[in-house]
Amino acid sequence: MSRIQEAFQGKKAFIPFITCGDPDLETTEQLVYAMEKEGAAIIELGIPFSDPTAEGPVIQAANLRALSGGVTTDKVFETVEKIRKNSRIPLVFMTYANVVFSYGTERFVKRMKETGMDGLILPDVPFEEKEEFDSVCREYGIELISLIAPTSHERIRMIAEKASGFVYCVSSLGVTGTRSEITTDIGEMVRLVKEAKDIPCAVGFGISTPEQAAEMCRHADGVIVGSAIVKLCGAHERDCVPYVAEYVRSMAEAAK
Amino acid sequence: MKKGRYGIHGGQYIPETLMNAVNELEEAYNYYKNDKQFNEELTQLLNEYAGRPSRLYYAGRMTEDLGGAKIYLKREDLNHTGAHKINNVLGQVLLAKKMGKTRVIAETGAGQHGVATATAAALMGMECEVFMGEEDTKRQALNVYRMRLLGARVHAVTTGTATLKDAVSETMREWTRRIEDTHYVLGSCMGPHPFPEIVRDFQAVISKEIKEQLMEKEGKLPDAVLACVGGGSNAIGAFYHFIEDESVRLIGCEAAGRGVNTAETAATIATGKLGIFHGMKSYFCQDEFGQIAPVYSISAGLDYPGIGPEHAALYDRGRAEYVAVTDDEAVDAFEYLARTEGIIPAIESAHAVAYARKLAPQMGKDQIMVINISGRGDKDCAAIARYRGEDIYE
Repeated sequence: MSRIQEAFQGKKAFIPFITCGDPDLETTEQLVYAMEKEGAAIIELGIPFSDPTAEGPVIQAANLRALSGGVTTDKVFETVEKIRKNSRIPLVFMTYANVVFSYGTERFVKRMKETGMDGLILPDVPFEEKEEFDSVCREYGIELISLIAPTSHERIRMIAEKASGFVYCVSSLGVTGTRSEITTDIGEMVRLVKEAKDIPCAVGFGISTPEQAAEMCRHADGVIVGSAIVKLCGAHERDCVPYVAEYVRSMAEAAK
Repeated sequence: MKKGRYGIHGGQYIPETLMNAVNELEEAYNYYKNDKQFNEELTQLLNEYAGRPSRLYYAGRMTEDLGGAKIYLKREDLNHTGAHKINNVLGQVLLAKKMGKTRVIAETGAGQHGVATATAAALMGMECEVFMGEEDTKRQALNVYRMRLLGARVHAVTTGTATLKDAVSETMREWTRRIEDTHYVLGSCMGPHPFPEIVRDFQAVISKEIKEQLMEKEGKLPDAVLACVGGGSNAIGAFYHFIEDESVRLIGCEAAGRGVNTAETAATIATGKLGIFHGMKSYFCQDEFGQIAPVYSISAGLDYPGIGPEHAALYDRGRAEYVAVTDDEAVDAFEYLARTEGIIPAIESAHAVAYARKLAPQMGKDQIMVINISGRGDKDCAAIARYRGEDIYE
């Protein structure tokens, strides 16, 4: 069983997201340790991209802050190397196809393996285009995470059958960002996935409160939270670690 | 499973949320493109409303002045709304209506595609929202007013560089937010399949007409067809029916901005490399880590860091040539065509005119060149006057 799948064993997984290098890569490293300590099961590390088309304003702004601070793919890999000296928590990159493709897909995935990354999420690579990336990921033992959306309907079976790691269930239409209400029938989405394959399902997009986390975890195996955390990083900059730690503690507790 | 490939280019690199929408669009398009009634309605709109066929005008004074090839201008500038954009928009909005959509959204750079979309939406009774980079809303304030006048809502996009690429990103985001009743009227032969094919097919009327008109006037094919290229919709339209005619040189004119050796350029073929962005694999201006470059051109319509996948493939197999034209050369050509032929071209189209001025003298007097004048230049007059140091505002 992979490190990612172990993270779902016997418990609900709380999966926080941060943008690497926002406000700087030293803080990113400290955030990982703090979030692990407070109960994160898996951590999503965003590699910033100039034009993140699946993101709402909060994470878009974080991407631009990180890039203007000089973050590059190589520097992110160096940070992961440092983290891996102190932590074994499953780490998943979340970035855009061009960041991987322009680095050289094989070179990128090989470097992921060498630095100790576990998985990869590419929101602009749907099922129809995934083989180009997945064939390389399989070769190096990296799990390429599949996404399903409220519009996926009859596509869920096909996607789930070929999924690895966990299935990322997009809770709502639109881009990332906090929402006061989630109207999609998450229970039904998860049921359709599990009908096709026995694989953990984590829900993301729009979740920010402990109540929402608890509600989502009634149906799913975990929750993913990005914008609410990135907002704290944006507001408190280099002093954000204790604020994020406290938030992650409350969310991980609620998700249990 | 891969769809919509042009050589190694194209594809569907979009969020899962949009996959059913593009599949539904593909299915509808494959049905209606062969539907007699749809085609009759579209032809009626193109002819009676947009003013097709557009003229193929023999530019006698320009021909004489340059002393080489016989030059014809394909007058897309004479279409309703002043550019080729209407060809695609009438097709897509009619298709959207057949699909039961009640709302259209669109990106726009210079505003031509936004105005065309707002126009078609007004005509067909659809709700319309246009996304335009904040920078461009300032550069093209009059077009913002036009769109509002036509009943559209215009959103100024403030993210990124606040230009065309950001407008495309924001329109994609809007589409993922509201899909059920909404069609995204993509303005160029780019984005995820089936958009490059749909836009090309609706623009291909340009080369179909050129071929027929030239056959009537000269009894032969042209030797060269020139068009400006941003995303590449007017160029693919002007090239399409000549692709199989290997004797016809197809030349796309990219915006070099202040020069292809500067950072202030939008010449994708000259300076870009293979990448994945805005739903497609193609060539993009980007840095070594794949971050999309903030491109520049005097022309808001060519100010885009990528090129449509079919152009990328035509380039790869050497079927079409792509040349870079600077701001200075384009502005000179803008003024040249005004004085020589009494035709003020769009600054975008002026890029093609600029290269024609270099190429025509090298061609024989028995050879024929066609330049696609993709749009009219009224929208650019204030900006060009300012470029020449005159203090004029719209």
